[in-house]
Amino acid sequence: MDLLEGVSVSAGSLKMSDVIAQPVLRRRASARGAILSTLFEWLCFGAASALLAALAGLLVSLLIGGWPALHKFGFSFLTVSTWNPVTDVYGAAGPIVGTLVTAGLALALALPIAGGVAFFLTELCPGPLRRPIGTAVELLAGIPSIVYGMWGLFVFAPLFAKYVQLPLMTAAKPGSLLDTLTTGIPNGSGILPASIILAIMILPFMAATLRDLLLTVPASVRESAYGLGATTMEVVLSVSLPYIRRGAIGAVMLGLGRALGETMAVTFIIGNSHGFPTSLFDSGSTIASTIANEFTEATSDMHLSALIALGLVLFVITFVVLGLARLLIGQQERRT
Amino acid sequence: MNTLNPVVDQFETSIADVDRAEVKVDVKNLDFFYGKTKSLKGVSIPFSRNKVTALIGPSGCGKSTLLRTLNRMYALYPGQRAEGEIMLDGENILSPRTDLARLRARVGMVFQKPTPFPMSVYDNVAFGVRLYENLSKADMDARVEEALTRAALWGEVKDNLKGSGLGLSGGQQQRLCVARGVAVRPEVLLLDEPTSALDPISSAKLEETVTQLKADHTIVIVTHNLGQAARVSDYTGFMYLGELVEFGATDELFTRPATKRTSDYITGRFG
Repeated sequence: MDLLEGVSVSAGSLKMSDVIAQPVLRRRASARGAILSTLFEWLCFGAASALLAALAGLLVSLLIGGWPALHKFGFSFLTVSTWNPVTDVYGAAGPIVGTLVTAGLALALALPIAGGVAFFLTELCPGPLRRPIGTAVELLAGIPSIVYGMWGLFVFAPLFAKYVQLPLMTAAKPGSLLDTLTTGIPNGSGILPASIILAIMILPFMAATLRDLLLTVPASVRESAYGLGATTMEVVLSVSLPYIRRGAIGAVMLGLGRALGETMAVTFIIGNSHGFPTSLFDSGSTIASTIANEFTEATSDMHLSALIALGLVLFVITFVVLGLARLLIGQQERRT
Repeated sequence: MNTLNPVVDQFETSIADVDRAEVKVDVKNLDFFYGKTKSLKGVSIPFSRNKVTALIGPSGCGKSTLLRTLNRMYALYPGQRAEGEIMLDGENILSPRTDLARLRARVGMVFQKPTPFPMSVYDNVAFGVRLYENLSKADMDARVEEALTRAALWGEVKDNLKGSGLGLSGGQQQRLCVARGVAVRPEVLLLDEPTSALDPISSAKLEETVTQLKADHTIVIVTHNLGQAARVSDYTGFMYLGELVEFGATDELFTRPATKRTSDYITGRFG
């Protein structure tokens, strides 16, 4: 009885004021809301367009700036390895090959270790250690590249020359493959040391990403594999890895993208000589290191144009790599 | 009568006897801990050879926990531990010397949700077999066909064995998981609410599969579906709050429950 009365009273109090006032209020709010909403939409659209405009502007200015060099040397800009500011002849094959080789080597060195770190953190690591190690990996990923470069030149290169390069060079029989691969000045700089520094740089990022991906494998799927009598190794290699395959490819591509574009660390240790690197210890250059080294000294217009054209080439290479990564990650997301 | 002695009723248990010679897995006085929380309290239950034993009870009563001790799946997670004895053919599997991978090959498991591996239908079924047996192509083909047939899936997938296991429907995926489980010829098969994610027709097919499988396996099935327990099982255990309240032949337990808690649960008065 009491309950019923309560209901009728509140219904009565609703009657006039609320029922009439409500639509008016709502309409007023929606009128203001509509303006705000439109404004908001335009702001968002503006932000997105600004980004696109910046991208287009960058591409166009690289094209315009690089055009004289690209026009003069044509396709040979990509295939000739002579880079001579004195005679104003520029062929970018050396830096292009240096870029691809160091990035590829870095990836080959970093990937197995990154996988090991990620597998350890997700499957084997005792609970209390998981967080500290995971945080350390993420911290490593955040160290500025110039720090890696300095460390590489002042600490890593002398040790590498003394304990790896010299022993390898003395062990190599003249004329053997090892000899060909290890010729060079034993100062600890060159293609391989640069690749190792790059590998150390991209390793934490890939390890952290692979770990996050492995954590997305549902417990029930892993348990099913364990439930069939699989060991940890079999579960990781045969079930978890195929499960995250596409995402892992994306992570690898992003690591590769970073290795391709890395400038400071590589400039410190790669040796900075133009032309094709002919051995692992030969000094060489990458696109990014060439630009960083020469931009302030580029006196002739053609030299400047050639450097800008180099930038365009790097832009295209990284764009292709990141585009592939996006594509692969997108497929992974659609599938799950 | 019940109202006269409610205290006794509250804690009454009834564990029927079974033919000891036919016991495949004998759980004795099992306690289980999630960290400090004790979630199984002195459970003793026999699982008989070539019989289906159903575990029923409200959510959180410890059915799945009991199931996960039988292949020591809990050992994947630090902080979970079991005390007591689980004798599999007279050997205590809770002993630290137990080889977990071998144990799990002997005691297979099918989960609540279908968990196909990201590979072809064929490879899903062959996965477990390849871990322990080195079969020729022809033998493997035969084994895969046999497993899929026993899981009542062969007819539906025989033309698409190379297709991804993820591409099957939910019911087919679950039967694929059953096929994967039986392909390794485990002695014991654990089913953790295998039909809870399936439609009625797929459920019926899976129940039929379970009934056929008991010719070769000792089967333990956890289910929320009392009708299913009554249909497929020979023995039923009713669990409540981490205890085994009643265990007996399914016909007995469902028609003449020995304890008030069991009768309240199966008549729908709680749970």
